[in-house]
Amino acid sequence: MPSLRGKPPIVEWLEERLAFDAIQEFIAHKKVPKHSATMWYYFGGITLFLFGIQVATGILLLLYYRPSAAEAYESVQFIVTRVEFGWLIRSIHSWSANLMILAAFIHMFSVVFLRAYRRPRELTWLSGVGLLGLALGFGFSGYLLPWNTISYFATKVGTDMAAAVPLIGPTLARFLRGGDDVGGATLTRFFGFHVAVLPALTTGLLMVHLFLVQRFGISSPPRVEEQNRASGHPAPEMPFFPNFFLRELMAWYAALAVLGMLAAIFPWELGEKADPFASAPAGIRPEWYFLAPFYTLKLIPSHVWMFEGELLGLLGFGLLAAWWVTLPFWANDRNGSERTRLLTGTGVALIAYLATFSALGYWK
Amino acid sequence: MPQTRRGLVSWLLGGGVTASIAAFLYPVLRFMAPPPIAEASVNEVTAGKVKEFKVNAGKIVKFGSAPALLIRLGDDEWRSFSAICTHLNCTVQYQESSRQIWCACHNGLYDLNGKVVSGPPPRPLEEFTVRVRGDDVVLSRRG
Repeated sequence: MPSLRGKPPIVEWLEERLAFDAIQEFIAHKKVPKHSATMWYYFGGITLFLFGIQVATGILLLLYYRPSAAEAYESVQFIVTRVEFGWLIRSIHSWSANLMILAAFIHMFSVVFLRAYRRPRELTWLSGVGLLGLALGFGFSGYLLPWNTISYFATKVGTDMAAAVPLIGPTLARFLRGGDDVGGATLTRFFGFHVAVLPALTTGLLMVHLFLVQRFGISSPPRVEEQNRASGHPAPEMPFFPNFFLRELMAWYAALAVLGMLAAIFPWELGEKADPFASAPAGIRPEWYFLAPFYTLKLIPSHVWMFEGELLGLLGFGLLAAWWVTLPFWANDRNGSERTRLLTGTGVALIAYLATFSALGYWK
Repeated sequence: MPQTRRGLVSWLLGGGVTASIAAFLYPVLRFMAPPPIAEASVNEVTAGKVKEFKVNAGKIVKFGSAPALLIRLGDDEWRSFSAICTHLNCTVQYQESSRQIWCACHNGLYDLNGKVVSGPPPRPLEEFTVRVRGDDVVLSRRG
């Protein structure tokens, strides 16, 4: 029965204990900048949405998956052939993983080109890059779980690259593999990383990332800030709730439509069961987001001057990653002026490298 | 060293907490490092019967816990190598058309002496000695 204030007693009871007013007050004042590039703001939310799908479908797959070298492949085969809608759940999990990483990349590059990493948002950038690293870790560890030929060799290559890291490489590779070579122990370990360690780390870092986004609000690009200053009018904004929120929901709905279509029309292949005593098959390649480094490693000769090519490649990837992660700290010179050419050039060059080498890695 | 009683208590407390954390972390770190598993060192294996291997064909066989590539070039001509590519650990295969050893992962090519012909592998493949004893093909480690 409604109380005198017109709300059902249960709502009032909850309000009193959960401080709904404060949340409503916060949401009512939250604004999103409105300009020609506002559409790029949706990709962070889309990434989050796809992560939610990963968690939900991952939990469903856990009901049947068995993490051992003797049973993993057969259990995935059972999921996709015997369990009702098992093929769909697995296909959604695999496609959603790929779309999530794609959305995360688009989000990251939009942050660079819209200059959203600028002071005081350096930690937001760092936590975001950390989340992308964790997403790649999810991709790498999850790839092995069906225990098929391609995933087996991809893991051999990936962990052997870790072994090439100076000083700590062999220990790191042994830690990742759970032994001297890729085998059942590696599968058990990767399963542990995939369903426990990485989700725990991601949840923590995601909380930090979302807190920082709330703390500093959504950034406007410098040119929009300048236009607003020059015009003397207040910067155009839209309320987060309901205007931006409903638009974001529509973006999620569109992402869901694309995901459903891909999963239903192109069900994810299972391939052949891994055989440690079989040759790597022709045409072997990793997931698309590892294609660029994969093709680069193909091109680097065995020795460059006095260094092994593999080590040199690893050093190059490490330096490139360090350069990219520290972007907010070199984006401006000592006078605070933006290094526009360097920034845009780095962003465009990185996209060109990733696109070209991924395409070459796929087709050649 | 702390000069006051409060400083001494803080130092002892801080040291105790640090030591406790270290005492928790050390076993965790040691637990995560996989223990070495002693494997009998294999120096010789029987790969199979002579009739199981076709001329100008290669086959992956077990050499202890690792794969080895056994190639039959002619009726009495054999070659055998470790099948692990020296680049990034993939398993190589024999290409009948080019009579070379190929790694599909990063396109590394070796000749029939295990030497690198092209591609990124930094070292030659380890070669095994092949002997035919009766009907059995026997591989053994050199040296």
